[in-house]
Amino acid sequence: MEPRVVIVGAGPAGTRCAQVLVSYGIRPLVIDENNRDGGQIYRRQPSGFTRGYSQLYGTEASKAKALHECFDSLLDHIDYWPETCVWGISGKTLYASCKGEHREVEFDRLILCTGATDRLLPVKGWHHAGTFSLGGAQIALKAQAVSIGHCVVFMGTGPLLYLVAAQYVKAGAKVAAVLDTSALSQRLKALPMMLARPMVMLTGLQLMWRLWRARVPIHTGIRPDEIQGDQTSGVCAVSWFDSAGRYQRLACDAVGVGYHLRPETQLADLAKCAFGFERETGQWVMQLDDDYRTSRPNVYAAGDCARVRGADAAEAAGRLMATSVLSDLGFAIDAEFVLQQRILLKALDRFRMGLAQAFPWPADHAAQLPNEAIVCRCECITAGDLRAVVRERHACEANRAKAFSRVGMGRCQGRYCAEAGAQIIASAAHVPVETVGRLRGQAPVRPLQVSPATEASKESVK
Amino acid sequence: MNSRHPDVIIVGAGLMGAASAFFLGRRGLKVLMLERGLVGQHASGTNFGNVRRQGRILSQIPLANRSRALWGRLPELIGEDLEFIPTGHVRACYRESELELLRTYNSNPQLSELGLTIYQGQEMRQRFPYLGPDVLAASHAPYDGHANPRLAAPSFARAAVREGAVLREQVEINRVEKNGDHFTLTSCAGETFNAAKVLITAGGWGSRLSSQFGETVPIELRGPHMAVTEPLPYRFKEVVGVFSEIKSEIVYFRQVTRGNIVFGGGYHTHLDASALLSPPDPKAVVEQLGRLRRLAPSLSNVNVIRTWSGVEGYTADDRPIISASSQVDGLFYAFGFCGHGFQLGPGVGDVMAELIATGASSTPINEFDISRFAAAAVPTTG
Amino acid sequence: MTGRFKRLAEHARPQITIQIDGQHVEVLQGDTLMVAILSHTNSLRESEFDKGSRAGFCLMGACQDCWIWTTDGERLRACSTIVREGLSLITRSPEAAWNLV
Repeated sequence: MEPRVVIVGAGPAGTRCAQVLVSYGIRPLVIDENNRDGGQIYRRQPSGFTRGYSQLYGTEASKAKALHECFDSLLDHIDYWPETCVWGISGKTLYASCKGEHREVEFDRLILCTGATDRLLPVKGWHHAGTFSLGGAQIALKAQAVSIGHCVVFMGTGPLLYLVAAQYVKAGAKVAAVLDTSALSQRLKALPMMLARPMVMLTGLQLMWRLWRARVPIHTGIRPDEIQGDQTSGVCAVSWFDSAGRYQRLACDAVGVGYHLRPETQLADLAKCAFGFERETGQWVMQLDDDYRTSRPNVYAAGDCARVRGADAAEAAGRLMATSVLSDLGFAIDAEFVLQQRILLKALDRFRMGLAQAFPWPADHAAQLPNEAIVCRCECITAGDLRAVVRERHACEANRAKAFSRVGMGRCQGRYCAEAGAQIIASAAHVPVETVGRLRGQAPVRPLQVSPATEASKESVK
Repeated sequence: MNSRHPDVIIVGAGLMGAASAFFLGRRGLKVLMLERGLVGQHASGTNFGNVRRQGRILSQIPLANRSRALWGRLPELIGEDLEFIPTGHVRACYRESELELLRTYNSNPQLSELGLTIYQGQEMRQRFPYLGPDVLAASHAPYDGHANPRLAAPSFARAAVREGAVLREQVEINRVEKNGDHFTLTSCAGETFNAAKVLITAGGWGSRLSSQFGETVPIELRGPHMAVTEPLPYRFKEVVGVFSEIKSEIVYFRQVTRGNIVFGGGYHTHLDASALLSPPDPKAVVEQLGRLRRLAPSLSNVNVIRTWSGVEGYTADDRPIISASSQVDGLFYAFGFCGHGFQLGPGVGDVMAELIATGASSTPINEFDISRFAAAAVPTTG
Repeated sequence: MTGRFKRLAEHARPQITIQIDGQHVEVLQGDTLMVAILSHTNSLRESEFDKGSRAGFCLMGACQDCWIWTTDGERLRACSTIVREGLSLITRSPEAAWNLV
């Protein structure tokens, strides 16, 4: 009987993985939350939209097109469940929801390609309406052809900061400033590693050139101070301290904020995969062997959900991961093919470490947040609230602090506040941040509704 | 007896242990709490949060009444209210036969303090407009309510420490022995502790220690299932639950003032005797949502944002152990509350403190004596 | 109403009519609810825990900040739901939408 292989995520990693599996005669089930394939960076615009690939994806247009055509060509050879959210895992059963309809599916092999989202760091006032993540600002433009505001400031760090700002400028939006917490000197120090991807570096320079030509002020080495706003109209200004320590303020009606990316790992958590703390990035990442096997038998992961290395790496890793699955299923694999992907990925690994050095997540900003700054946007819990439970209730561990402070108890389950929360706890408890641990995943990983009309549809091969 | 030793060592700092520590402290006794993990991690912290007397077996009512009085005095006693709100408790039934059972139960004079009233028809619809069309009758207990289980044991433990208790977490006791006039307790790490009196409040794991004195209790571990919704406009004051003999109909819910609705019930996983964690079964919330929809149709479209389970101890007769040891002087037990201990916590703590300090409890607890399992127990050798 | 979002392209799409807080507005086919609402007004909902308004955050279904009510008491995630004719959305005072009976 054919093994049931389930891929969660129809982005670059999931698409290429499916492609390789199909080429060996496997018919995987591909489940994706969105209504179209492509993931985030290659998100497809809704039908009826007319912008071409070049306008949408710039230098990556041909890659985007190739990926989309690849997925389109697979449709007859895969089972595809779009608009379906896998919200729970127990044993070898996935629990999913498609527009309120409950579905269960048993798997023999589970492949996680759940991608990444923005890595955030709270700043005082980031709860004001008009604050969006960098990724969100990009989706607004790419998928809906809108700017998040009439006068936008982009703040944070990472290549995405410059990419989104440049895309906004090109599309005709007003970008008031780009504020980068990383200093130029950090970028220079990381240059040797970043030269592992010369074309990407060139693109980066082109983006900065476009911003400079449009006279968009770029400030590096800044420390965010506040996103100013009021309760009815939302964001009205951003203030920061420049690299010389001077207070600066700029009026705006929207802020796109982000610090590179963070893997989305809730499903890996529910699947009981082991994680380890990665010093270079200050993040908890899945433990993986060289072939994308997680610590849990029959569960694999690749793409940005495993290590944030971008779309090219996700495609190569997706292919490699497929060969691991196939090998584990007893197929003979082309060694040359595997070697090619590994060589490509080695360069991408080097680049990833270069990015971490050039655009570090400014962990110390978290501990410096004023008490009144909101840390958990969902529940409106401040840094002061969190520090209080550490000091008064001796909560030095992430889940304990969550139980007492409510940080991470909101709808988003700590996606955007947990990392900064851990830094604040570590600082208040005087312990290394690794010992604070990470929030335990709890199903459902997205808010779940179950509509009454549907019977559970249990799909099982065995 | 060495004056440096505590008067009482309490093994297990869940709600029963922490509350006992607090009340013992108020009676002037020096207490050492030894907790395997962190205070209140298991049944105490993961239960539904019902603070109810309605529905309890009659033999528990005096204890529940004593406890209810303490719930009302928490701010004065421990400096926090544990988010307890006495907004009332409703048991809703779907059938005539169940309504009969409710009537019979409610007619017991021992329940007079509860102020129970059964509503039906138009009056029920006016009082509780959210009840689904299948609901036939609702028994209302106006003075019951709900509180926040995550906060309870840790708050009592902190209050106990203020009364002079010492708390050691991450200490797992695996051996308790009586040596002459005192007890020696040994941890897995080889540390020893001594005291004249010992209270075992080790929850579902209590029998591991009671069996060392020949008092094995038939107890098994089960995982209850809870879920919580996103914050919603605050509309439901009462805790509402289904009263039914059919387990697959059971569900109860409560809304906190922040707006989230906690619901659960009628679904248990059976756990290994050594389990410390209970991974929730995703099927539970799907089933419970269906039951919830029948009980209160306006909850059909709620967004569930989190589910959890915990480890509870269930004795063979569904009644807790609350007593002195029947074998050894100075040894006491309060564990195995079968998923219905939360409301009893402050009362149990107060009763155990009284029992330990004075030798007797002014509230009847005979039905919960550990000796009831002696006849059925397998004799231990040596 | 002046919107928070500014449309830069894709203007020429068929229009459909929805209601936002009781007012009929024209939106474009293919818009998400978030874009439809924020093209006309500056917020999606009120925060439960402070007096501020909220307008979404991540636009990719991760932050859960953009859940809105319909007048029927339905919950919809604005960033991932496409507009359809006749939808009636509310951005204020959801109590009225949540009919307990």
